[in-house]
Formats: sequence, C-alpha cells, structure tokens
Amino acid sequence: MSFLARHRIILPVVSLAVLLAATFYMQPRAMSYFGLNLLFNLAVPIALATIAQMLIIMVNDIDLSLGAFVSLAACVTATSLNDAPLLGALILLGLILSYALLGAVIHMLELPAIVVTLGMSFVWGGIALFILPAPGGVSPDWLRTLMTVKPPIAPMAVVAAVIIAAVTHLLIMRSGIGTVLRGVGGNARSVARAGWSLVRLKALAYGLAGLFGVLAGMALVGLTTSADANIALRYTLLSIAGVILGGGEFIGGRVSPTGAVIGALTLTLAASFLSFMRLSPDWQIGAQGAILILVLTARLIFSRKGAEE
Amino acid sequence: MTISKMLLGAASLAMVAGLAQAESHMADTSGKRIALSNNYAGNSWRQAMLQTFEEIGAQAVADGKVAAADAYTTSENQATEQAAQIQNMILQGYDAIVLNAASPTALNGAVKEACDAGLVVVSFDGIVTEPCAWRIAVDFAAMGKEEVDYLATRLPDGGNLLEIRGLAGVFVDDEISKGIHEGVAEHDQFEIVGSVHGDWAQDVAQKAVAGILPSLPDIVGVVTQGGDGYGAAQAFNAAGRDTPLIVLGNRQDELTWWAEQRDANGYETLSLSIAPGVASLAFWVSQQILAGAEVPKDLTVPFLKITQDTLDDALATTPEGSVANVTYTLEDAQKVIADAG
Repeated sequence: MSFLARHRIILPVVSLAVLLAATFYMQPRAMSYFGLNLLFNLAVPIALATIAQMLIIMVNDIDLSLGAFVSLAACVTATSLNDAPLLGALILLGLILSYALLGAVIHMLELPAIVVTLGMSFVWGGIALFILPAPGGVSPDWLRTLMTVKPPIAPMAVVAAVIIAAVTHLLIMRSGIGTVLRGVGGNARSVARAGWSLVRLKALAYGLAGLFGVLAGMALVGLTTSADANIALRYTLLSIAGVILGGGEFIGGRVSPTGAVIGALTLTLAASFLSFMRLSPDWQIGAQGAILILVLTARLIFSRKGAEE
Repeated sequence: MTISKMLLGAASLAMVAGLAQAESHMADTSGKRIALSNNYAGNSWRQAMLQTFEEIGAQAVADGKVAAADAYTTSENQATEQAAQIQNMILQGYDAIVLNAASPTALNGAVKEACDAGLVVVSFDGIVTEPCAWRIAVDFAAMGKEEVDYLATRLPDGGNLLEIRGLAGVFVDDEISKGIHEGVAEHDQFEIVGSVHGDWAQDVAQKAVAGILPSLPDIVGVVTQGGDGYGAAQAFNAAGRDTPLIVLGNRQDELTWWAEQRDANGYETLSLSIAPGVASLAFWVSQQILAGAEVPKDLTVPFLKITQDTLDDALATTPEGSVANVTYTLEDAQKVIADAG
C-alpha cells in the first residue's frame, strides 16, 4: 500500500492547508487570532454534527434527520434549558435516549435507516416548530460565555476543533468499545458471533450520535444567541459531505474522527473562500460542489494507485 | 500683525471652518464601503430588491458618495450561512452592512461580532433583534389589518374569508397573519373558514387553494400576503367558482390580472406590499450613520398601496415578472430619519 492510502488523514489535511493558504492570500486580514475565530467559529457546531453523522455512518447507516435534530436541540437549548435548566437538561437527555431507541428499533425491525431517519426529520422539525413557532429564545449565559471565550494563543474555534478531534479519536479509534463499534460496520456477523449484542451496540452508536447532535445544537445557540426551528437544516448534507471529505466511507466502518472534524472545517472555509472571491451567489453552490468532487477525485486517484502497487 | 489680531484671525477662520462643517454637518463617506447581506433571491420581490440596491449603489459609487456597495446573497435561506457571510464581511473590511436577515434572532451573534468590530449594521424587511443594529421595519401587522378594514368597507355584510399565509416559521408571516386576525376580531361579520400556506409564490398558492377549495363554503374574500393573489384567482377559476374579492400584493402578474378583470367586469380591489426599494432606503440610512448623523435605532417605512385609481400608473412602471417598486433617495432617507427623531 502506498503511503497515502495507508495514511488516509493526509489528503484532508492537505486540502484544508491549501484552502487556508489560498484564503490567507486573498484576505490577509483573516490571518490573525480574531480573523481565524471569525472564519471558523461557525464550523464548531458543524464539526460536532459531522461527528454525529460519522457515528451513524460507522455502523453502515445514514442519518437524514440530523439537521432537523440539531435544530430541535437548538430550540430546546434556547428555551427550556435557559428558563428551567433542570427540565431542559432532561428534555435533551430524552432526545439522546430517543436516538438510542431509534438505533435499536432500526436494527431489530431491520428497517432501512435512510427511510426511518427521513421520516424522523419531519417529527423533529414538527416538535421544533411546536417549541418555537417563531424564531426566538435566549442562549443560556454560561453557553454564550463558553462559545465566546478567548483562550490564550489560539482562538476558541481552533481549540474547540482540536478538543473535539482528540476526544472522539480516543473514543472511536483507541478505546475498546470504539473498536467494537467500528467492527459493527465492518463485519456485524463476526461481532455478533463474538458474543456482543448488536442491538445494544447500534443503540450505543445512535445514542452517541444523539449526544453529539445535542452538543452541536447547544454550540450553535451559544454562537447565534438564539434559535429558530429551521436553523440547522443544512447540517444534514454538510455533515455527510464532511465525513466523506474527511476520509470516511459509507460502508465498512472505515471512518476517521480527526478527518471528519477537518472535513467540517474545510467545508466551512470553502464557503468563505468563494465569498472572498466575489463569486456570484448563483455559482457558489456549484463551486462548493466542485471543491467536493475535486477532493474526492484526488482520493480516488490515490487509492487506485495504492491498489495497483 | 499683533498677536491678538492673529488670534482673532485664527478664531474667525476656525468659525468659518466650523460653519462649513455645520453646513454639510457630516463626515465624508467617500472612502467607506457598504455591503448588502441578503438571505434569499428566489422570487420577483427579492430580484427587484437586488436590482434596486445595485443601481443605487453603482450610482452612489459613481457620485463619490461611497467607495463600494457590494451585494452578497446566500444560496439558500439559511441563517447559519448568512451568519458566516456576515463574519466574512467583517474580515473583508466593510464599514457598514445592510442586512435582510433570514431570522430575526439567529444572526444576533454574528451581528454582535460586526458591531464589536466597529461596523454599522442596518437591517430592513427581515430585521434582527440585536440592540446594536438599526432596524427599518414595516408594520406588517398593520398591513394585515388594513386588508380586513378594506374588505369591511367593500363588503359591509361580511361573510367567509380564505386566508393565504406565507412561509411557515418566518416572522413576517406571523405578523401579517396576526394583523389579519386582529382585523377579523374587530369586524366580526367576517369569519376565516380556511387557511393555507402559499409561500409567497403563485404556483404554491394555486396548488394550496385548489386543494382546500372543495371543502369550503362560499368565499366572499381572500386575504393574502403578496405573491399569492394571482395563483388564488386561478384556483377559483379552475374550480368553476365565482371570483371573490382578492386582496393583491403588488406583483406584476397580479396587477395585470386585476386590470384585465377591471376592463372585463369592473372588478375592484386593493393591492399592498412592502416596496423592494426599501433596500435603497437602508443603503442611504447606513450612509447617513457613517456620515455621523444621529439616527434612532428603530425606523418605520410605509407600505406601498395601489388602488383602483393608481393601478394604471403602477402597471406602466412595473417590469414584467417583477413587483411594483419605489426607489428611495438620500433626501427620502433623511426625511424618514427626521420623522423618527
């Protein structure tokens, strides 16, 4: 195997570095503590959502309800968690448990996750509109403080990205349970033969995804100061793109938490870069897609080369 | 020349300079750069708004009033993208942001960042609640109420109304609907027997109205939010029912249809909506703030009303597929500011 195929993380890192260099060249003002924070602070909730999506993709499923779920978590954070912290925390806990339950149901009834989550996206969206029929709510003060903290040396956005990547790397790549979870995606039958309960493992993977989805919603409210039932709908597609951009694959439990975080940062940066280029908005979505295809093509070429050698 | 004379000369010079300053009583804004942050471009109203901003901006740059007036639109109506867009504008070094917001609250974090970085933020149409920003608002609730008030003058006996709403979860939709319901509470001869979401688009409205019509009793009037009146008329026509009194929303297709009906059978109605040219008002207000004018944080802009008498004029000046418009000048902006102060 070639060096690149063995170290899948290299391509996402290089993509991010190239894009970052181009952005600094176009907009030197971005090359500062303040500038980096402005460029990346909205990538923090996307990174958390991408990790949530990665956990689902890790067990060979896909989650089309994530954007609606993050919006719902944001609405709960901006209302209940602020007005009655205990009740709010209980609701958020309930949301995480319902995600775990969803995972168990999908496995036990052998339902296709893509259909179930698509259906659930309307349920989450409906509850979010019920909680917050018109945009509003207030971010809890501690959350606002946390998301606008100014740590020494590196800005909050960078520190948060490093922490998210490190924690999930330890959880998924290093810990015993993380390895078993990846095994569910790789070869579910052998994991089951080894004596593990697949229902519990799937519930755990979904529950963890729910946890990161809730964290994404909370981080988002901390940044925006209030919520809106449609606030994070784009996160569904962004998170899937982030996982793939970061070197993950749809099947086989081959995922990379560090890559996923880098993928989320790259996607956020791509949008800013295109806006700095003064590209007409009509072309921006297309150009964002083009960047995605470019990176995936590069990956395909390298992995083919790796296979030939 | 004695020292006292010199001092006197200097003092009078300073006075003259002070007078000149008072005359223009404004700082120079020729080096300032203004950006438009817009959240959505997918209908005739937004297209007209963008066009107005670009025209007025280009003219202001040519006249040396400002150094740049650039328009940015996010591809989809998403608050998270617009927040990123605003943060990018801070990095690009703009002095002021004119903002039509995807959400009145979800952009507050980004708007605060902009204010803290010393930018002037003027929101209009879709306003933001962050206290550091200026707001140019339309009293949408009053607009909804005015529709019912008008119906009450035309249909004193009252009857059943159909309400066509806008995009669910958007604050403008809530406000207009609130006004309509207030109006109905006041004129209790009316009853709203059905309500559908037309998303401010003729095709969506037509489908929605066609779907609910078979279940409805006789309808005497349709209260709308703009961009949905023509679709409603088509749905009534297709169902073979009499055309009720439909309040329109200044779109060119609606006005054309109204003129046709008027010529054919003397159809009479009222059309009202916010003029997309409010973007030009917001532009001049931001220029005035940059120039150092004292501007109250909350300004109101009147909505544009078209009646039977002004229909032909409005139709003549509205391009095909667009919406009736007014472009505001610097003097208009100064007047709005003076009225609010």
